[in-house]
Amino acid sequence: MRYLIRRLEFFVVTLWAAVTLNFILPRLLPGGPEVALRTRFHGRINPATVKSLEVALGIHSDQNLLQQYVSYLGNMLRGDFGVSLGFYPQRVSYVIMLALPWTLGLVGTATVIAFVLGTLIGIFGAWRRGGVLDSLLPPVFVVISAFPYFWVGLLTILIFAVTLGWFPQAFGSSSEVTSEFSWPYISDVVYHSILPAFTIVLTSIGGWILTMRNNMITTLAEDYIKMARAKGLSTSRIMFQYAARNAILPNLVGFAMSLGFVISGALLVEIVFNYPGLGTFLLQAVNNEDFSLMQALFFLITFAVLLAVLAADVLTAWLDPRTRERA
Amino acid sequence: MGLDVRLIADQTAARADEVRPQAGALRLVGAALRHNRKALAGAIILGLFVVVAIIPGILAPYDPHAQIFDQTLPPSGAHLLGTTGNGQDIFSQLIWGTRESLAIAIVAGLMATLLSVLIGVSSAYLGGSGDHVLSLLTDVFLVLPTLPLMIVLAAYARGGGLAVLIVVIVITGWSYGARQLRSQALSLRHREFLDAARSRGERGFYIITAEILPTMTSLIVANFLGAALYAVLAAAGLQFIGLGNPSDMSWGTMLFWAENNGALNAGSPLWAIVPGLCIALLGAAFALLNYAFDEISNPALRPVRRRR
Repeated sequence: MRYLIRRLEFFVVTLWAAVTLNFILPRLLPGGPEVALRTRFHGRINPATVKSLEVALGIHSDQNLLQQYVSYLGNMLRGDFGVSLGFYPQRVSYVIMLALPWTLGLVGTATVIAFVLGTLIGIFGAWRRGGVLDSLLPPVFVVISAFPYFWVGLLTILIFAVTLGWFPQAFGSSSEVTSEFSWPYISDVVYHSILPAFTIVLTSIGGWILTMRNNMITTLAEDYIKMARAKGLSTSRIMFQYAARNAILPNLVGFAMSLGFVISGALLVEIVFNYPGLGTFLLQAVNNEDFSLMQALFFLITFAVLLAVLAADVLTAWLDPRTRERA
Repeated sequence: MGLDVRLIADQTAARADEVRPQAGALRLVGAALRHNRKALAGAIILGLFVVVAIIPGILAPYDPHAQIFDQTLPPSGAHLLGTTGNGQDIFSQLIWGTRESLAIAIVAGLMATLLSVLIGVSSAYLGGSGDHVLSLLTDVFLVLPTLPLMIVLAAYARGGGLAVLIVVIVITGWSYGARQLRSQALSLRHREFLDAARSRGERGFYIITAEILPTMTSLIVANFLGAALYAVLAAAGLQFIGLGNPSDMSWGTMLFWAENNGALNAGSPLWAIVPGLCIALLGAAFALLNYAFDEISNPALRPVRRRR
């Protein structure tokens, strides 16, 4: 139990750090946030918009810094991110709700596929040390993991979309198909998601293979594996119920911890494919200098990653009695 | 193996006058190159890029910025990789771009490693509430999604150029190494050679720099390689979406201009492929060296010789 309380503390502190970063950064601009915003947007937008932006960033010239900070924290807790500049006069929360389902669908599915596939390859690779899977795949994926995600995206576009013409180059669906819950629309969305999903799986799978393989190798050297062999248990039983079951725990924690990296890479893939998810909106926010949307996206993505980490912690505490005792 | 031997030597001798962290690092790298083909491949790629970064003026045929040629020419004798949609020579851009990309990798990698060592080792050495605070800080930075954080930082500091890019990469890239170094330093804390140093009455600073750090050399080198790999990819990503200085010549900004000119569809795919390939090669060089280091410091992971 104390383990979970410590993790909860971590959750709250990280979230607080993200919010505070969002609060501090605009105030570090030369001349303070008001002056910087006014000069930056001078003549481009009307004073009312500047006012709403100041509200979104928690800037109230009549309050001291502490009061501003407290009311900003309150806004964040209530999920009030103010008005988007790039999509004025839409609220930031409305814009985010447009993008969120796309990212959840694409990145979520691709990450789960990469995790399951990578873990399985790692298990089989470690089981047959020196076999084809073990000697060929790890170095190959070490090299692939050094590739920029977005560049792999560019390559798949060049090969499968521009040259072969098998898949669409960009966007989440065709403009001719109306977005409704029907077979033509769903199949169109899936068709559009295949290339970006393939890119994410290809670039993120190497990490899972390597950690799982290395954990398996350590676990396979344990005495209870020898004992299981001596008892004459079946190969698949030793492999999955004795070895993989114990070796997967660090992978689970690693999975949660590196989720931030995976999502970061996936956002770039979205940008390359012009996929209508959070990554593309993040880039638009940067290009429009839409600070309220940008900050809200950073906050939201952090929150999502933290939820996943917390879920993995609960899972680890449930699966591994040692974590419960250690605390 | 090498590490264990040195640990034992340190334990028995525990001499204060024989400290050689640099020599240790060089010896480790040397051993890695001799015995490991992955390390050798990584070192050769890295070496080639270093040479190119030092003498781009000799290797590149044209001024990389000059828009003086026909647009989107295919590869030919005059233009090895063709020309861009703006009429620049792609090969010359690639050569000149090496310098900035490599410099970011090495400078940001070194700075991130320094920060990792500082925070990781002091966290382990302090223990107690100091350790708690520093570990929490490390974990927070480990989990914060790097790209959105980098984008937010870089967007506010827009126009800061190369320095901002490096600072942003260091801020987002130190945490992983700090965590690893902390756990290794923790495992060293109660070794006898440290007890010996403490009973001699050495100061904390001396114990950390002269006793703990030299024994951690291999992990620190591995960390630098990891951080440099991260820096290569992070810089490329930021420059690709236009958060670098687009008038600088680097592989990331080449990709930015290629994407903005629709190079894939406009008949000059090499414009987008080649700089990405160079980023991937440089990244792979660091990754291969890192992987080889892993195998050296953890003998269980070394490739097995198959029985005949």
